[in-house]
Formats: sequence, C-alpha cells, structure tokens
Amino acid sequence: MSFPWAKHYEPKAPLMRYLDEKLPLPRLVYNAIGGGYPVPRNLNYWWNFGVLAGFCLVLQIVTGVILAMHYAANAGVAFASVEHIMRDVNWGWLLRYAHANGASFFFAVIYLHIFRGFFYGSYKAPREMVWLLGVVIFLLLMATGFMGYVLPWGQMSFWGAKVITGLFGAIPLVGEPLQVWLLGGFAPDNAALNRFFSLHYLLPFVIAGVVILHIWALHIPGSSNPTGVEVKSESDTVPFHPYFTAKDGFGLGVFLLVYLAFVFFLPNYLGHPDNYIEANPMATPAHIVPEWYFWPFYAILRAFTADFILPAKLLGVLAMFASILVWFFLPWLDKSPVRSGHYRPLFRKFFWFGLIPAMAVLFYCGGAPAEEPYVMLSQIATAYYFLHFLVILPIVSMVERPEPLPFSITEAVLGSDKQAVLGENTTPAT
Amino acid sequence: MIRLIGILVGLGFTVAVLWAFGSGSAAVIGQGYFVEPTAEHEFHEEPKPLHLASDGPFGKWDLQQLQRGYQVYKEVCSACHSLKYVAFRDLAQLGYSEAEVKATAASWTVPGVDPNTGEATTRPGTPTDYFPSPFANDIAARAANNNAIPPDLSLMTKARHGGAAYVYSLLTGYQEQPAELLERFPDAKTGTGLYYNPYFPNLNLAMAPPLSDGQVTYADGTPATVDQMSKDVAAFLTWTAEPTLIKRKQTGWAVLGFVLFATILAWLAKQQVWAGVKPKRRED
Repeated sequence: MSFPWAKHYEPKAPLMRYLDEKLPLPRLVYNAIGGGYPVPRNLNYWWNFGVLAGFCLVLQIVTGVILAMHYAANAGVAFASVEHIMRDVNWGWLLRYAHANGASFFFAVIYLHIFRGFFYGSYKAPREMVWLLGVVIFLLLMATGFMGYVLPWGQMSFWGAKVITGLFGAIPLVGEPLQVWLLGGFAPDNAALNRFFSLHYLLPFVIAGVVILHIWALHIPGSSNPTGVEVKSESDTVPFHPYFTAKDGFGLGVFLLVYLAFVFFLPNYLGHPDNYIEANPMATPAHIVPEWYFWPFYAILRAFTADFILPAKLLGVLAMFASILVWFFLPWLDKSPVRSGHYRPLFRKFFWFGLIPAMAVLFYCGGAPAEEPYVMLSQIATAYYFLHFLVILPIVSMVERPEPLPFSITEAVLGSDKQAVLGENTTPAT
Repeated sequence: MIRLIGILVGLGFTVAVLWAFGSGSAAVIGQGYFVEPTAEHEFHEEPKPLHLASDGPFGKWDLQQLQRGYQVYKEVCSACHSLKYVAFRDLAQLGYSEAEVKATAASWTVPGVDPNTGEATTRPGTPTDYFPSPFANDIAARAANNNAIPPDLSLMTKARHGGAAYVYSLLTGYQEQPAELLERFPDAKTGTGLYYNPYFPNLNLAMAPPLSDGQVTYADGTPATVDQMSKDVAAFLTWTAEPTLIKRKQTGWAVLGFVLFATILAWLAKQQVWAGVKPKRRED
C-alpha cells in the first residue's frame, strides 16, 4: 500500500541496485518498516505493542530452538532433562528462564495489544482483516503456550494437560474418542508429550507466517491512530523510519528492563511451585491452575456449574471457546462509525467500568481455588463479559451520540490544519 | 442479522451462567458459609519468616551455613530423602577443596557393577556420581515410611509455596494438636504414625520430627539447636534447588545496567529524531 506521498526506495550503492533488480528484499523491508511506510504522527505508546509482540516471537523462537537442543521429549526423562538444562548446560538456566518468562511477557504484550484494539476500535473497517488475523494469532499463541507448559513434565504440566484435553471429552458423542485420539492414550503420557513437543516446535513458525499476513493486511489501509480519524494528507503522517523505529526502540528498552528484571530476579514468580515436582498420575495437586495468562478463560470455563438445557461441563467448554471466538465478530457487532473510544462517551464508560473490571475479576478468580465466593464472582463477571460484547456493544453503537471528531490528525496534534481552513479536503471525518 | 444472532447467543450464555449463579448462591445462603470450615482451612499456618544470606537482589551464599546444611542433610535427612539432581562434584561450590570433595564423595556408598561378574554391587562414590537414593525403589520407600514416599529434596525449596521458609517452618513446627482443633473437628485427630504440624498443608505428616538439639556436631562450633539446623538445611536446599542462584542475580545487575544505558540512549535518540516534528498539543 501506500499513500501517494510515501517515499520511494532508491538504492544508490551499486550492490543495492543490483540486489533490487534481482531480489528486491531491501525494498520490501523499506516499504514495510522503513522510510517507505507513512504512519500517523500521533501514535501513542499503546501502538508500541505490535513491535514488542514481534520481538517476543523472535525471542521465543531463538531461545526455544536452543532449548530444544538440550531437552528430551520423553516422559521418562523430560523433567530430568530440564534440570540438566538448569544445572549443566552453559547458561542453560538463562535460556530456560528467558523462554518461560518470555511466554508470560509475550502474553502480557499481546493482551495490551488486543485491549488497545478494543478501546481504539482498531477492529473496524477498513482493518477487519488485520483484526481477524490477529485473533487467529492469539488462538495459535494459546495453543503454543499451553503445549509448551506441558513439556517440563511437572505436576501442573501433566494435570493441566489432563484438564484441557478433558475439555474435548465434554463434546457429545465424539468427545471421548476424540480426547483419546488427541492424547494418543487415555491420559497424558509419552505419546502426548511427544506430539506436544512436535507441535510446540511447529506452531511458532505458523504464527510467524500469520504475523506476516497480519502486517501485510495492516499495510493496505495503514496504521490506525488514537483519534480514529483516517489519514488525509501528508502532514498527518511521518515515515516509520526514523520516527517510529526510534520511538519503538525506546519502548523496547523499557519492556526489556521489566522483562529482564523478572528473568534475573523473579524467574519463578509467574510459575507454579508444583511444576517443580515431577509429573505423577497418581497424585492430584490440591488446586490445578493453568498459567496466569489463561486465568480469565479458565474462570469462564468453571463459571458454568449448573446444567441449563445442556450439561454444565459442555456449557463451560462452549462458553470458554465462545469468549474468544466472539472477538472474530467484533467488526460487525460494533457498528459505530467512530473508532476511537476517546470520542465515544457511552462506549468509554462500559469499557472502563464494565469490561476492564469484569476481566480483572475473571483474571483473579481464574487463579483462585474453585470455591465460593470466587465461583459466584466469576459467574457475574462471565455474564457481563458476554453481555458486553454481544448485547451492549451492538446497542451502544446504535444509540450513542459520539463527541465531535477533529478534522484531521494534523488538527488533533497541532490545533489547526491549514488544509481544513483552505477547504482543500472536503472529505468528512469518519 | 449478525447482531441479532449475537444478542441471542449473548443472552443465552448470560442466562445459563446466571442460572448457575442462582443455584450457587442459593446453596451458599442455605449453608450460611462460603466454604465449609475444615481443620486444614482453619489451622494451617503460613511459613514463618526466614532470612538467608542468599535472599534479595544482592544475596550471596553463606558458604559456612551451606556446609553446615550439607552436614545436616548427610547425617540426618539422607537416611530417607534422596537428592538425585545434585552430584558430589557440585559440592566444590560450597567451598570444599578438590580433595575434600573426593573424600566426602567416597564417604557415600553408591550402586555399582562388579567388574568381574557384572552383578549389582556397591562402591564408594566419586565426584562424578550423583547423591544416591536411600531406597531401592518407591515400594521400598513406602514400606519403610508408613506408606508415604519421602520426596526428593533437590528442588524442595522451589517446589513449595514459601520455599526455604516452608522447609524451616516445617522442621521447627512440630507441636501438640491444639485442643481447640480437636474440640471443633474431632474427626481431624492426628492418626497413628502421623505427626501434627500446622505448616504442612493437611496438618498431619508421616515424617517424625527429624531433628533434636545437639543431633549433629558442627565443625565450626555453631550450637546445633533444632532452629539452627533447620535454618542451615533450608539454606542448603536453597542451593541444591538452584546452584546458579547467585550467578543469576549478579549477571542480572550487569544486564540491567547495560539495558538501562541502552534505553537512555534510545530515549535521547527518540527525542532528537522527533525534535523536528512539532510536539503534540494534547495527549491522546
């Protein structure tokens, strides 16, 4: 894509000219994340998380590939091979902690990226495809994260695998054969561990492929921005490089400071002590909890405690999957032509005082034992969650009266836009 | 159309989950409590605070204490508990010389193979050997310990909430069962062969109080009280759980320092790059 004023790649060095004729890879990079990609000048730091997510993916692939050189995917020795990495492999402890905490920070970054999208309406036309591909990436990420957590073959690995694959057992008729087929047995064992390792190695590369599509689709309409007003003229944009390479570079530094503080000083804070006990099919942990990044969805799963037409377990499974699948329909559920939450008074109230507290409650209750009052709290929050996306958003977008939008990004940034004054551009702000 | 279906699906899930909420809250109101009080709920205690030299971002190993802890493990714990992820060679990190490591390894008996007959036998340990298991297998371990397998201690301080403080609290926490507990929960009376300890999750454990004052004689003259030995062995198990702990923290400071410097540079670079573009009027 590009706006007409996008700079063109003009290689000067003979080698680069030669390369541009034979394989225009530098041109591709220049147009994707270089001077050839005009970006709205008013992006705030919430727009940093896409780049950070890309960084996390590379980090996870690099550390993961090296870890795989030392790890043994066999139920008999998997746990011991992880300890071998921690004790005997040179800097193995650093690789493993970087990878384990890298997963957590990947999810943290992705959640912030997604919620940026929720607030600023990034899912709306013309960026529906960017959003859809993003949800696909998130689903792949969840699958990868889940299977990765099984690999150390600790107690939570084993019992987490048992609970999650047990979800498929709730499907009527085919559920139990499906579960046995997925696991390669009646319970997680060597067959399951091996295929999880294989898929855990495969999926990140699938994610990388979808990320390329995600960025490709983004470059057709160009990046959204905090006002939600589309780019109108050259004064609305700056080239990605050097402006956003510099800004994202600083954001990356801040991210690394927090991430590395965890890696070096609190490496097990986000994990569960039980995963330092080797998997034992004969001893069930007191409380089976997934990793923190699955807590909200785990709370939704466990909120359905009573049969209602369908069995409670099936309802829980359906609701858990639906809670993410509903994001696929967001572009068509929220019909408000205004993107940014800044100009949507009613939407903003439901976002800050409805969705965010509900997610916080679900997050907390998902990590808590399956006891009252946590179950009741997560039931209320689950009800709000579904109401928010499926009922409140469509209705709000019909009845809300948005606040006046700035004429252009330039006006939002500088206070005036001489094009607006001159009436050069009469396209109404969307 | 999509919104109509969406609203119906949304209401469906909402009604179903509120139905569950209704039956759940009715049950709670009927019972008059959220969670049925149990002895474990009411009498379990969080670990006592324990401060070790290795704690905190600037922690260092107290090698004297680790050596004392190793002595306690060797003379007391190792009768029942294995330490299978630790090798004798690792003990060099506790400040022992090569000769001392060889000598202490040789003081352990490890499984071996008779070079002439090929039959299973035993031999003195060498630095490359790992700490041997006190039992031939889990069945033997159960048989000798009132049907409870003594867990491997290598990772104990990472495998329990509270870590080293948990180990310390458990070892010093044996006591008589409180009268109040027996009064309120007569069924929770500690069974035969079990010992009451409020720091253990279900309050009763199969391990008899393992330590008594003066049980070991420390070479450095430290009085071997139960409290001291418990601290020392908790410190030792902190090391066994993660021998690279201190190296990790020291590396961390160097890395964070470097990244902080790089981040400051990145900030300055960003300021310079953006200086030509008029600053934002409002914060979005």
